[in-house]
Amino acid sequence: MIRVRLPDHLCSLSGAEREVELSVNGKPTQQLVLDALELRFPALKGALRDPQTTRRRPFVRFFACGEDLSHQPMDLPLPLAVANGDEPFLVIAAIAGG
Amino acid sequence: MAGVRVLVGTRKGAFILSSDERRKQWSIAGPHFAGWEIYHMKGSPVDPDRIYASQSSPWFGQHLQRSSDGGITWDPVGNEFAYDGAAMTHQWYDGTPRPWEFKRVWHLEPSGLDPDEVYAGVEDAALFKSKDGGLTWKELSGLRNSKTGSSWQPGAGGMCLHTIVLDPKSNGQIFVAISAAGVFRSDDEGETWKPANKGLVSNYIPDPTAEVGHCVHKIAMHKSRPEVLFMQKHWDVMRSDDSGENWHEISGDLPTDFGFAIDVHAHEPETIYVIPIKSDSEHFVDGSLKVFRSKTGGFEWEPLGKGLPQSNCYVNVLRDAMAVDSLDSCGIYFGTSGGQVYASSDSGDSWEAIVRDLPPVLSIEVQTLK
Repeated sequence: MIRVRLPDHLCSLSGAEREVELSVNGKPTQQLVLDALELRFPALKGALRDPQTTRRRPFVRFFACGEDLSHQPMDLPLPLAVANGDEPFLVIAAIAGG
Repeated sequence: MAGVRVLVGTRKGAFILSSDERRKQWSIAGPHFAGWEIYHMKGSPVDPDRIYASQSSPWFGQHLQRSSDGGITWDPVGNEFAYDGAAMTHQWYDGTPRPWEFKRVWHLEPSGLDPDEVYAGVEDAALFKSKDGGLTWKELSGLRNSKTGSSWQPGAGGMCLHTIVLDPKSNGQIFVAISAAGVFRSDDEGETWKPANKGLVSNYIPDPTAEVGHCVHKIAMHKSRPEVLFMQKHWDVMRSDDSGENWHEISGDLPTDFGFAIDVHAHEPETIYVIPIKSDSEHFVDGSLKVFRSKTGGFEWEPLGKGLPQSNCYVNVLRDAMAVDSLDSCGIYFGTSGGQVYASSDSGDSWEAIVRDLPPVLSIEVQTLK
Protein backbone atom coordinates (compact mmCIF):
# COMPACT_ATOMS: atom_id res chain seq x y z
CA MET A 1 0.00 0.00 0.00
CA ILE A 2 1.13 3.53 -0.73
CA ARG A 3 0.78 5.97 2.15
CA VAL A 4 -0.21 9.48 1.00
CA ARG A 5 -0.17 12.38 3.45
CA LEU A 6 -2.40 15.36 2.64
CA PRO A 7 -2.43 18.99 3.78
CA ASP A 8 -5.31 20.12 5.96
CA HIS A 9 -7.15 22.07 3.21
CA LEU A 10 -7.43 18.97 1.08
CA CYS A 11 -8.70 16.89 3.98
CA SER A 12 -11.52 19.38 4.55
CA LEU A 13 -12.25 19.50 0.82
CA SER A 14 -12.41 15.75 0.33
CA GLY A 15 -13.23 14.28 3.71
CA ALA A 16 -10.00 12.29 3.63
CA GLU A 17 -7.87 11.60 6.71
CA ARG A 18 -4.46 13.26 6.92
CA GLU A 19 -2.90 10.02 5.79
CA VAL A 20 -4.60 7.64 3.37
CA GLU A 21 -3.52 4.30 2.03
CA LEU A 22 -3.88 3.52 -1.65
CA SER A 23 -3.23 0.48 -3.74
CA VAL A 24 -1.80 1.01 -7.19
CA ASN A 25 -1.70 -1.49 -10.03
CA GLY A 26 1.86 -2.01 -11.23
CA LYS A 27 4.98 -0.14 -10.27
CA PRO A 28 3.85 3.03 -8.47
CA THR A 29 4.59 6.38 -10.07
CA GLN A 30 3.44 9.88 -9.18
CA GLN A 31 0.92 9.68 -12.01
CA LEU A 32 -0.58 6.40 -10.79
CA VAL A 33 -0.69 7.54 -7.17
CA LEU A 34 -2.45 10.78 -8.07
CA ASP A 35 -4.88 8.92 -10.34
CA ALA A 36 -5.70 6.51 -7.52
CA LEU A 37 -6.04 9.37 -5.04
CA GLU A 38 -8.53 11.22 -7.27
CA LEU A 39 -10.44 8.04 -7.96
CA ARG A 40 -10.94 7.42 -4.26
CA PHE A 41 -11.56 11.10 -3.41
CA PRO A 42 -13.21 12.71 -6.46
CA ALA A 43 -13.35 16.11 -4.75
CA LEU A 44 -9.58 16.28 -5.18
CA LYS A 45 -9.92 16.41 -8.97
CA GLY A 46 -8.47 19.73 -10.02
CA ALA A 47 -6.93 20.42 -6.62
CA LEU A 48 -3.49 18.96 -7.26
CA ARG A 49 -3.41 19.10 -11.05
CA ASP A 50 -5.00 21.60 -13.39
CA PRO A 51 -8.02 19.78 -14.87
CA GLN A 52 -7.30 21.10 -18.37
CA THR A 53 -3.54 20.64 -18.63
CA THR A 54 -3.20 17.92 -15.91
CA ARG A 55 -0.02 19.72 -14.86
CA ARG A 56 0.85 20.03 -11.17
CA ARG A 57 -0.45 23.25 -9.66
CA PRO A 58 2.41 25.69 -9.05
CA PHE A 59 1.97 25.84 -5.25
CA VAL A 60 1.60 22.07 -4.82
CA ARG A 61 4.68 19.97 -4.20
CA PHE A 62 5.33 16.25 -3.87
CA PHE A 63 8.01 15.13 -1.41
CA ALA A 64 9.21 11.67 -0.37
CA CYS A 65 12.24 10.27 1.42
CA GLY A 66 13.62 13.76 1.98
CA GLU A 67 13.51 14.59 -1.72
CA ASP A 68 11.41 16.98 -3.80
CA LEU A 69 9.91 14.82 -6.54
CA SER A 70 7.85 17.65 -8.04
CA HIS A 71 10.00 18.16 -11.09
CA GLN A 72 10.60 14.50 -11.83
CA PRO A 73 8.75 12.84 -14.73
CA MET A 74 5.30 11.76 -13.58
CA ASP A 75 5.83 8.24 -14.92
CA LEU A 76 9.10 7.67 -13.08
CA PRO A 77 8.83 4.86 -10.48
CA LEU A 78 8.60 6.16 -6.92
CA PRO A 79 11.36 5.27 -4.41
CA LEU A 80 11.15 1.71 -3.12
CA ALA A 81 10.50 2.94 0.44
CA VAL A 82 7.34 4.71 -0.82
CA ALA A 83 6.31 1.77 -2.99
CA ASN A 84 6.44 -0.66 -0.08
CA GLY A 85 4.79 1.73 2.39
CA ASP A 86 7.78 2.42 4.64
CA GLU A 87 7.76 6.12 3.76
CA PRO A 88 4.77 8.35 2.94
CA PHE A 89 4.27 10.27 -0.29
CA LEU A 90 3.80 13.84 0.93
CA VAL A 91 1.49 16.33 -0.79
CA ILE A 92 2.71 19.74 0.33
CA ALA A 93 1.01 23.13 0.10
CA ALA A 94 4.00 25.32 -0.68
CA ILE A 95 4.72 28.18 1.67
CA ALA A 96 3.85 31.24 -0.38
CA GLY A 97 3.05 34.76 0.61
CA GLY A 98 4.69 37.02 3.15
CA MET B 1 -40.70 30.34 9.76
CA ALA B 2 -40.35 33.56 7.82
CA GLY B 3 -37.03 35.25 8.01
CA VAL B 4 -33.81 35.96 6.21
CA ARG B 5 -30.62 34.09 5.51
CA VAL B 6 -27.54 36.16 4.69
CA LEU B 7 -24.87 34.29 2.73
CA VAL B 8 -21.45 35.78 3.34
CA GLY B 9 -18.42 34.87 1.24
CA THR B 10 -15.07 35.90 2.73
CA ARG B 11 -11.36 35.58 2.07
CA LYS B 12 -11.18 32.70 4.51
CA GLY B 13 -14.48 30.88 4.44
CA ALA B 14 -18.25 31.16 4.24
CA PHE B 15 -20.67 32.26 6.92
CA ILE B 16 -24.45 32.06 7.08
CA LEU B 17 -26.31 34.61 9.20
CA SER B 18 -29.93 33.84 10.00
CA SER B 19 -32.76 35.74 11.64
CA ASP B 20 -36.52 35.84 11.84
CA GLU B 21 -38.39 38.61 10.07
CA ARG B 22 -37.70 41.09 12.86
CA ARG B 23 -33.98 40.96 12.00
CA LYS B 24 -32.88 41.78 15.55
CA GLN B 25 -31.39 38.51 16.76
CA TRP B 26 -28.95 36.73 14.49
CA SER B 27 -27.37 33.33 14.56
CA ILE B 28 -24.03 32.94 12.84
CA ALA B 29 -22.96 29.63 11.33
CA GLY B 30 -19.48 29.03 9.98
CA PRO B 31 -16.87 29.15 8.86
CA HIS B 32 -17.75 26.69 6.15
CA PHE B 33 -14.74 25.82 3.96
CA ALA B 34 -12.39 27.44 6.49
CA GLY B 35 -9.26 28.82 4.92
CA TRP B 36 -10.69 28.93 1.39
CA GLU B 37 -11.69 32.02 -0.57
CA ILE B 38 -15.44 32.08 -1.11
CA TYR B 39 -15.99 34.52 -3.94
CA HIS B 40 -19.73 34.04 -4.04
CA MET B 41 -22.67 32.04 -2.70
CA LYS B 42 -26.22 32.24 -3.96
CA GLY B 43 -29.45 30.37 -3.38
CA SER B 44 -31.98 29.21 -5.94
CA PRO B 45 -35.08 31.42 -6.20
CA VAL B 46 -37.08 28.24 -6.81
CA ASP B 47 -35.72 26.21 -3.90
CA PRO B 48 -34.07 28.35 -1.21
CA ASP B 49 -32.45 25.31 0.39
CA ARG B 50 -30.43 24.82 -2.79
CA ILE B 51 -27.34 27.02 -2.45
CA TYR B 52 -24.24 27.13 -4.63
CA ALA B 53 -20.82 28.31 -3.43
CA SER B 54 -17.65 29.18 -5.32
CA GLN B 55 -14.66 27.92 -3.33
CA SER B 56 -11.14 28.64 -4.52
CA SER B 57 -7.55 28.86 -3.46
CA PRO B 58 -4.34 29.98 -5.15
CA TRP B 59 -2.90 26.62 -4.08
CA PHE B 60 -5.69 24.21 -4.95
CA GLY B 61 -7.69 25.93 -7.69
CA GLN B 62 -11.42 26.27 -8.20
CA HIS B 63 -14.04 24.07 -6.57
CA LEU B 64 -17.81 24.30 -6.48
CA GLN B 65 -19.99 23.33 -3.56
CA ARG B 66 -23.72 22.68 -3.44
CA SER B 67 -26.06 22.49 -0.49
CA SER B 68 -29.57 21.04 -0.54
CA ASP B 69 -30.42 21.87 3.07
CA GLY B 70 -29.96 25.60 3.30
CA GLY B 71 -26.22 25.54 3.86
CA ILE B 72 -26.02 23.07 6.73
CA THR B 73 -24.23 20.41 4.70
CA TRP B 74 -22.38 20.71 1.41
CA ASP B 75 -21.29 18.46 -1.42
CA PRO B 76 -18.53 19.19 -3.93
CA VAL B 77 -19.81 19.28 -7.51
CA GLY B 78 -18.12 19.80 -10.87
CA ASN B 79 -15.15 22.11 -11.27
CA GLU B 80 -14.20 21.59 -14.90
CA PHE B 81 -14.65 24.85 -16.77
CA ALA B 82 -13.33 24.05 -20.22
CA TYR B 83 -13.50 26.87 -22.72
CA ASP B 84 -15.42 25.88 -25.81
CA GLY B 85 -13.77 25.48 -29.19
CA ALA B 86 -10.54 26.73 -30.64
CA ALA B 87 -8.05 28.64 -28.55
CA MET B 88 -8.69 32.38 -28.63
CA THR B 89 -6.73 35.34 -27.41
CA HIS B 90 -7.63 38.55 -25.63
CA GLN B 91 -5.39 41.52 -25.03
CA TRP B 92 -2.92 41.47 -22.17
CA TYR B 93 -1.98 44.56 -20.16
CA ASP B 94 0.79 45.38 -22.63
CA GLY B 95 -1.49 44.99 -25.65
CA THR B 96 -0.11 41.62 -26.72
CA PRO B 97 -2.50 38.75 -27.46
CA ARG B 98 -2.90 36.25 -24.63
CA PRO B 99 -4.79 32.94 -24.64
CA TRP B 100 -7.81 32.64 -22.39
CA GLU B 101 -6.89 30.88 -19.13
CA PHE B 102 -9.42 29.82 -16.51
CA LYS B 103 -8.68 31.19 -13.04
CA ARG B 104 -11.81 31.22 -10.87
CA VAL B 105 -15.58 31.59 -10.60
CA TRP B 106 -16.53 35.09 -9.52
CA HIS B 107 -20.31 34.85 -9.54
CA LEU B 108 -22.99 32.17 -9.49
CA GLU B 109 -26.51 32.94 -10.67
CA PRO B 110 -29.12 30.22 -10.16
CA SER B 111 -31.99 30.42 -12.63
CA GLY B 112 -35.50 31.33 -11.61
CA LEU B 113 -36.92 28.24 -13.28
CA ASP B 114 -35.05 25.18 -12.08
CA PRO B 115 -32.85 24.69 -9.01
CA ASP B 116 -30.49 22.53 -11.05
CA GLU B 117 -29.91 25.30 -13.58
CA VAL B 118 -27.17 27.76 -12.67
CA TYR B 119 -24.85 30.18 -14.49
CA ALA B 120 -21.23 30.89 -13.57
CA GLY B 121 -19.27 34.00 -14.46
CA VAL B 122 -15.56 33.27 -14.55
CA GLU B 123 -12.09 34.77 -14.97
CA ASP B 124 -10.77 34.90 -17.72
CA ALA B 125 -14.12 36.29 -18.75
CA ALA B 126 -16.65 33.74 -19.93
CA LEU B 127 -20.13 32.55 -19.06
CA PHE B 128 -20.82 28.92 -18.22
CA LYS B 129 -24.10 27.13 -17.55
CA SER B 130 -24.95 23.95 -15.72
CA LYS B 131 -28.24 22.12 -16.12
CA ASP B 132 -27.46 19.37 -13.63
CA GLY B 133 -26.98 21.20 -10.37
CA GLY B 134 -23.35 22.10 -11.01
CA LEU B 135 -22.07 18.63 -11.86
CA THR B 136 -21.08 19.63 -15.40
CA TRP B 137 -20.53 23.01 -17.02
CA LYS B 138 -20.77 24.17 -20.62
CA GLU B 139 -19.56 27.49 -21.91
CA LEU B 140 -22.01 29.83 -23.66
CA SER B 141 -19.24 30.67 -26.07
CA GLY B 142 -21.19 33.09 -28.22
CA LEU B 143 -20.15 35.74 -25.72
CA ARG B 144 -16.40 35.28 -26.12
CA ASN B 145 -16.74 34.64 -29.81
CA SER B 146 -18.64 37.86 -30.42
CA LYS B 147 -16.75 40.32 -32.58
CA THR B 148 -15.12 42.25 -29.72
CA GLY B 149 -13.82 39.31 -27.65
CA SER B 150 -10.26 39.51 -28.93
CA SER B 151 -9.99 43.16 -27.86
CA TRP B 152 -11.03 42.67 -24.22
CA GLN B 153 -8.42 43.53 -21.62
CA PRO B 154 -8.23 42.74 -17.90
CA GLY B 155 -8.84 45.38 -15.27
CA ALA B 156 -6.72 45.61 -12.14
CA GLY B 157 -8.67 42.75 -10.58
CA GLY B 158 -8.34 40.49 -13.59
CA MET B 159 -10.53 39.94 -16.63
CA CYS B 160 -13.57 38.68 -14.80
CA LEU B 161 -17.20 38.17 -15.66
CA HIS B 162 -18.58 39.33 -12.33
CA THR B 163 -22.25 40.14 -12.89
CA ILE B 164 -25.05 38.04 -14.36
CA VAL B 165 -28.57 39.48 -14.50
CA LEU B 166 -31.28 37.13 -15.72
CA ASP B 167 -34.53 38.48 -17.04
CA PRO B 168 -37.16 37.73 -14.38
CA LYS B 169 -39.82 37.41 -17.09
CA SER B 170 -37.83 34.53 -18.57
CA ASN B 171 -37.96 35.68 -22.15
CA GLY B 172 -34.36 34.70 -22.77
CA GLN B 173 -32.68 37.99 -22.04
CA ILE B 174 -29.41 37.92 -20.09
CA PHE B 175 -27.06 40.75 -19.14
CA VAL B 176 -23.48 40.21 -18.06
CA ALA B 177 -20.77 42.65 -17.04
CA ILE B 178 -17.05 42.14 -17.54
CA SER B 179 -14.10 44.06 -16.19
CA ALA B 180 -12.78 45.78 -18.17
CA ALA B 181 -14.89 45.17 -21.25
CA GLY B 182 -18.36 46.37 -20.25
CA VAL B 183 -21.95 45.18 -20.44
CA PHE B 184 -23.17 42.58 -22.93
CA ARG B 185 -26.73 41.53 -23.70
CA SER B 186 -28.17 38.34 -25.11
CA ASP B 187 -31.78 38.04 -26.23
CA ASP B 188 -31.63 34.31 -26.96
CA GLU B 189 -30.67 32.65 -23.67
CA GLY B 190 -26.97 33.29 -24.14
CA GLU B 191 -26.44 32.02 -27.68
CA THR B 192 -25.53 35.37 -29.21
CA TRP B 193 -24.39 38.59 -27.62
CA LYS B 194 -23.83 42.24 -28.36
CA PRO B 195 -22.14 45.02 -26.40
CA ALA B 196 -24.51 47.30 -24.48
CA ASN B 197 -22.28 50.22 -23.57
CA LYS B 198 -23.62 53.17 -25.58
CA GLY B 199 -23.57 56.26 -23.42
CA LEU B 200 -20.74 55.15 -21.16
CA VAL B 201 -17.84 57.59 -21.07
CA SER B 202 -14.53 56.33 -19.68
CA ASN B 203 -11.75 58.88 -19.82
CA TYR B 204 -9.12 56.29 -18.88
CA ILE B 205 -9.31 54.55 -22.28
CA PRO B 206 -8.05 55.93 -25.62
CA ASP B 207 -11.57 56.32 -27.04
CA PRO B 208 -13.75 57.28 -24.05
CA THR B 209 -16.94 56.20 -25.85
CA ALA B 210 -15.61 52.97 -27.36
CA GLU B 211 -17.96 50.06 -27.93
CA VAL B 212 -16.07 48.00 -25.31
CA GLY B 213 -13.31 48.62 -22.77
CA HIS B 214 -15.37 50.14 -19.97
CA CYS B 215 -14.70 49.06 -16.42
CA VAL B 216 -18.24 48.30 -15.31
CA HIS B 217 -18.26 47.30 -11.65
CA LYS B 218 -21.84 46.12 -11.16
CA ILE B 219 -25.31 46.33 -12.70
CA ALA B 220 -28.65 45.88 -10.95
CA MET B 221 -32.27 45.49 -12.00
CA HIS B 222 -35.64 45.52 -10.25
CA LYS B 223 -37.55 42.40 -11.20
CA SER B 224 -40.73 44.35 -11.98
CA ARG B 225 -38.97 46.47 -14.62
CA PRO B 226 -36.39 44.42 -16.51
CA GLU B 227 -35.91 47.18 -19.07
CA VAL B 228 -34.42 49.50 -16.43
CA LEU B 229 -30.82 48.88 -15.38
CA PHE B 230 -28.60 50.69 -12.92
CA MET B 231 -24.80 50.62 -13.06
CA GLN B 232 -21.90 51.46 -10.82
CA LYS B 233 -19.02 52.02 -13.22
CA HIS B 234 -15.38 52.51 -12.21
CA TRP B 235 -16.30 56.16 -12.17
CA ASP B 236 -19.95 57.24 -12.74
CA VAL B 237 -23.30 55.87 -11.65
CA MET B 238 -25.40 55.17 -14.74
CA ARG B 239 -28.90 54.21 -15.77
CA SER B 240 -30.53 52.67 -18.82
CA ASP B 241 -34.27 52.74 -19.50
CA ASP B 242 -34.13 50.65 -22.66
CA SER B 243 -32.49 47.37 -21.71
CA GLY B 244 -28.96 48.65 -22.07
CA GLU B 245 -29.38 50.22 -25.51
CA ASN B 246 -28.46 53.63 -24.07
CA TRP B 247 -27.00 54.72 -20.76
CA HIS B 248 -27.02 58.10 -19.06
CA GLU B 249 -25.29 59.34 -15.95
CA ILE B 250 -27.23 59.72 -12.70
CA SER B 251 -24.34 60.47 -10.32
CA GLY B 252 -25.95 63.82 -9.54
CA ASP B 253 -24.98 65.16 -6.13
CA LEU B 254 -23.00 62.15 -4.90
CA PRO B 255 -19.81 63.22 -3.11
CA THR B 256 -17.87 60.91 -5.43
CA ASP B 257 -19.14 58.63 -8.16
CA PHE B 258 -16.51 55.92 -7.75
CA GLY B 259 -17.67 52.70 -6.12
CA PHE B 260 -18.29 49.02 -6.58
CA ALA B 261 -21.72 47.97 -5.30
CA ILE B 262 -25.18 49.05 -6.43
CA ASP B 263 -28.61 47.61 -5.68
CA VAL B 264 -32.32 48.36 -5.94
CA HIS B 265 -34.96 48.46 -3.18
CA ALA B 266 -37.12 45.33 -3.23
CA HIS B 267 -40.45 47.21 -3.44
CA GLU B 268 -39.54 50.63 -4.88
CA PRO B 269 -37.95 50.29 -8.31
CA GLU B 270 -36.81 53.93 -8.32
CA THR B 271 -35.00 53.62 -4.99
CA ILE B 272 -31.35 52.66 -5.43
CA TYR B 273 -28.31 52.34 -3.20
CA VAL B 274 -24.60 52.90 -3.75
CA ILE B 275 -21.61 53.09 -1.42
CA PRO B 276 -19.29 55.70 -2.90
CA ILE B 277 -15.58 55.70 -2.21
CA LYS B 278 -13.07 58.39 -2.92
CA SER B 279 -11.16 56.92 -5.86
CA ASP B 280 -9.64 53.85 -7.39
CA SER B 281 -6.73 54.08 -4.97
CA GLU B 282 -8.45 55.51 -1.86
CA HIS B 283 -11.19 52.98 -1.17
CA PHE B 284 -13.00 54.98 1.52
CA VAL B 285 -14.65 58.35 1.99
CA ASP B 286 -13.01 60.65 4.54
CA GLY B 287 -13.03 58.10 7.32
CA SER B 288 -16.82 57.75 7.52
CA LEU B 289 -18.97 54.96 6.15
CA LYS B 290 -22.15 56.00 4.37
CA VAL B 291 -24.60 54.37 2.05
CA PHE B 292 -26.22 56.77 -0.41
CA ARG B 293 -29.85 56.31 -1.40
CA SER B 294 -31.75 57.89 -4.26
CA LYS B 295 -35.53 57.65 -4.20
CA THR B 296 -35.76 59.32 -7.57
CA GLY B 297 -33.91 56.81 -9.70
CA GLY B 298 -30.71 58.83 -9.49
CA PHE B 299 -29.43 62.43 -9.55
CA GLU B 300 -30.60 63.25 -6.00
CA TRP B 301 -28.90 61.25 -3.28
CA GLU B 302 -29.11 61.25 0.51
CA PRO B 303 -26.39 59.98 2.84
CA LEU B 304 -27.39 57.20 5.24
CA GLY B 305 -24.97 56.86 8.13
CA LYS B 306 -27.10 56.32 11.23
CA GLY B 307 -25.55 53.41 13.08
CA LEU B 308 -22.51 53.24 10.80
CA PRO B 309 -19.05 54.37 11.96
CA GLN B 310 -18.55 58.04 11.15
CA SER B 311 -14.93 58.48 12.16
CA ASN B 312 -11.71 56.55 11.66
CA CYS B 313 -13.39 54.13 9.28
CA TYR B 314 -11.46 53.18 6.15
CA VAL B 315 -13.14 50.07 4.84
CA ASN B 316 -14.33 49.22 1.35
CA VAL B 317 -17.38 47.36 0.03
CA LEU B 318 -16.80 45.14 -2.99
CA ARG B 319 -19.10 44.78 -5.99
CA ASP B 320 -20.94 41.66 -4.86
CA ALA B 321 -21.08 42.65 -1.20
CA MET B 322 -24.46 44.43 -1.06
CA ALA B 323 -27.90 42.83 -1.26
CA VAL B 324 -31.53 43.40 -0.24
CA ASP B 325 -34.25 41.24 1.27
CA SER B 326 -37.88 41.38 0.21
CA LEU B 327 -39.64 41.51 3.57
CA ASP B 328 -42.38 44.15 3.88
CA SER B 329 -39.90 46.63 5.29
CA CYS B 330 -37.03 46.13 2.88
CA GLY B 331 -33.73 45.11 4.44
CA ILE B 332 -30.40 46.27 3.03
CA TYR B 333 -27.15 44.44 3.79
CA PHE B 334 -23.51 44.98 3.01
CA GLY B 335 -20.16 43.52 4.03
CA THR B 336 -16.83 45.28 4.28
CA SER B 337 -13.15 44.67 3.75
CA GLY B 338 -12.86 44.94 7.54
CA GLY B 339 -15.10 41.93 8.11
CA GLN B 340 -18.22 43.76 9.26
CA VAL B 341 -21.68 42.88 7.97
CA TYR B 342 -24.15 45.73 8.39
CA ALA B 343 -27.91 45.44 8.08
CA SER B 344 -30.77 47.89 7.89
CA SER B 345 -34.32 46.68 8.42
CA ASP B 346 -35.83 50.06 7.48
CA SER B 347 -34.68 50.59 3.91
CA GLY B 348 -31.40 52.16 4.98
CA ASP B 349 -32.62 54.75 7.50
CA SER B 350 -30.62 53.10 10.28
CA TRP B 351 -28.00 50.39 10.48
CA GLU B 352 -26.66 47.81 12.88
CA ALA B 353 -23.72 45.45 12.62
CA ILE B 354 -24.78 41.81 12.53
CA VAL B 355 -21.17 40.75 13.01
CA ARG B 356 -17.97 42.78 13.14
CA ASP B 357 -14.94 40.56 12.92
CA LEU B 358 -15.20 38.19 9.99
CA PRO B 359 -12.40 37.87 7.43
CA PRO B 360 -12.61 40.45 4.60
CA VAL B 361 -16.04 40.13 2.99
CA LEU B 362 -16.09 39.32 -0.73
CA SER B 363 -19.81 38.84 -1.28
CA ILE B 364 -23.23 39.07 0.33
CA GLU B 365 -26.44 37.51 -0.86
CA VAL B 366 -29.76 37.49 1.00
CA GLN B 367 -32.51 34.92 0.91
CA THR B 368 -35.97 35.93 2.08
CA LEU B 369 -37.58 32.86 3.59
CA LYS B 370 -41.36 32.65 3.58
